[in-house]
Amino acid sequence: MIDNWRDALVDVAYLVTAVCFILGLRFLGNPTTARKGNQLAALGMAIAVVATLFSSDLEEGGSINWTNIGLILAAIVVGGAISSLMAKRVQMTAMPQMVAIFNGMGGATAALVSVAEFMHKEGIGRGEVTSIVLGAIIGSISLTGSIIAFLKLQEMISGRPITFPSQKMFNAGLGGLIAVLGVLIIWLQDGSTAKLLMWILFIAALALGASIVLPIGGADMPVVIAILNSLTGIAAALTGLVLSNMGMVIAGALVGASGGYLTLLMAKAMNRSVPSIIFGAFGGGPEGAAAGGGSTEERPYRSTSPDDVAISLAYAQNVIVVPGYGLAVAQAQHAVRELADLLEEKGVNVKYAIHPVAGRMPGHMNVLLAEANVPYDQLFDMDDINDEFSNTDVVLVIGANDVTNPAAKTDPTSPIYGMPILNVSDAKQIYVLKRSMKSGFAGIDNDLFYDPKTSMVFGDAKGVVTEMVGAVKQV
Amino acid sequence: MDREVLLAIYVLLLAVFLGVELIGKVPPTLHTPLMSGTNAIHGIVLLGAMIILGQADNWWLQVMGFLAVVLGAANVFGGFVVTDRMLEMFKKRPGQGQK
Repeated sequence: MIDNWRDALVDVAYLVTAVCFILGLRFLGNPTTARKGNQLAALGMAIAVVATLFSSDLEEGGSINWTNIGLILAAIVVGGAISSLMAKRVQMTAMPQMVAIFNGMGGATAALVSVAEFMHKEGIGRGEVTSIVLGAIIGSISLTGSIIAFLKLQEMISGRPITFPSQKMFNAGLGGLIAVLGVLIIWLQDGSTAKLLMWILFIAALALGASIVLPIGGADMPVVIAILNSLTGIAAALTGLVLSNMGMVIAGALVGASGGYLTLLMAKAMNRSVPSIIFGAFGGGPEGAAAGGGSTEERPYRSTSPDDVAISLAYAQNVIVVPGYGLAVAQAQHAVRELADLLEEKGVNVKYAIHPVAGRMPGHMNVLLAEANVPYDQLFDMDDINDEFSNTDVVLVIGANDVTNPAAKTDPTSPIYGMPILNVSDAKQIYVLKRSMKSGFAGIDNDLFYDPKTSMVFGDAKGVVTEMVGAVKQV
Repeated sequence: MDREVLLAIYVLLLAVFLGVELIGKVPPTLHTPLMSGTNAIHGIVLLGAMIILGQADNWWLQVMGFLAVVLGAANVFGGFVVTDRMLEMFKKRPGQGQK
């Protein structure tokens, strides 16, 4: 029984959108179809937006307010133009920040929609009020959390954990206040008191989002962004429940679930639990880690010159490059690709070993290398390449540290014990490019650097690799 | 509880399971584009913003709605454009088909 053909067609359009998103996500799972998948999802979004423009949901009291329709179109053009420009200009190394900003915008939208819906509707059901309260809380946390994550990644505020006295108490109090306000609003359902409480809840949730993310260290930001991404998805689904909009419910739930799953995958790759990342700064994690590393006495290591490395590379049969975040910071990816191309011309077999958390977000290293035109079939995930290190003549570690530390396997007292690592120490010869002997994010010494098979090459990654390129040409 | 809401929760739960299934198959290589792609998809909240602005009957709702649509549209456009830019770069070795 369809008594309203117009809205039935809109619902069919949402169904098409849902199918586009599902197939799009599926295509995103394979490098050869990923681009198509993203475009399919974008098409689905376009269909949903156009369908909504024709929906009776946009009417107020049975008639269309053309001023509002004009405002909608203008707002889409403004928002779309600004962010498309940002998205076109952003550097690939700054990708995590960009995702954080877009995520914050989505969270802000969800929060605004929830609050506005509550303010202008009379006599809404308790189920709807519950969704509104949750949508407002989660959207607001996602907004301010993303802003802080952006500021940390952009290094506009310190990436170090920022704590203040009795922060834990403050957060718990704020969380408690939000819970009480939420329950009160749901109990009151509507009226001017409930509306006032809603504004207070909105502000308290904004404050909580910022104060949860502030004490989390910069290196954990990728996980934080994955969580916030998931939260925004949940907020979108909740908003969809309020507006009985199935398109929003399905899309929001897909993102909420996939983001949550991705968070767990990332936490596993770092051998940390999600709670320990979020609340880590309170438990004194970093200090404990530094102390656990113990040995601060000078240990002997050898160092060598780029020319020597070049000769050793040129005469090798199998070479594996292990890139880390240091490579991206030094913008050395193009030089590395040039080096690899030269070696391949000489008949050397070059592969890249990518640790799941290399770079600043999972898979970030793949994007950075792709930008330098490294074909993705030369990149190998940790599990696929770990057995090959023992057959490898030379491993070149560039700007990676903790992910190569054998202590993760051999030393149960090490704070990173149990973290999956690349088996670099199995190779016959290892060169580590680094600025200095300084320790990595985990604040511990890397036994690999003192391995008799290892030689250190100090300097800026880009400069050193460029020198190697010159030297290999001479061989 | 309203049957419509119950039905929506039903759909929501199924979508949650589907979301986990879909991501479980994605190789780590694609995690960054995946994150920014799903990031664009949650921009669907733009529809909610459009509805709020469409129904706005006073100036401050119009302001809130306008702001929400701008931010939602920015989430959508930026997310898809930046993901496309990344995926455009993913290439195989030359001479192995597929550009």
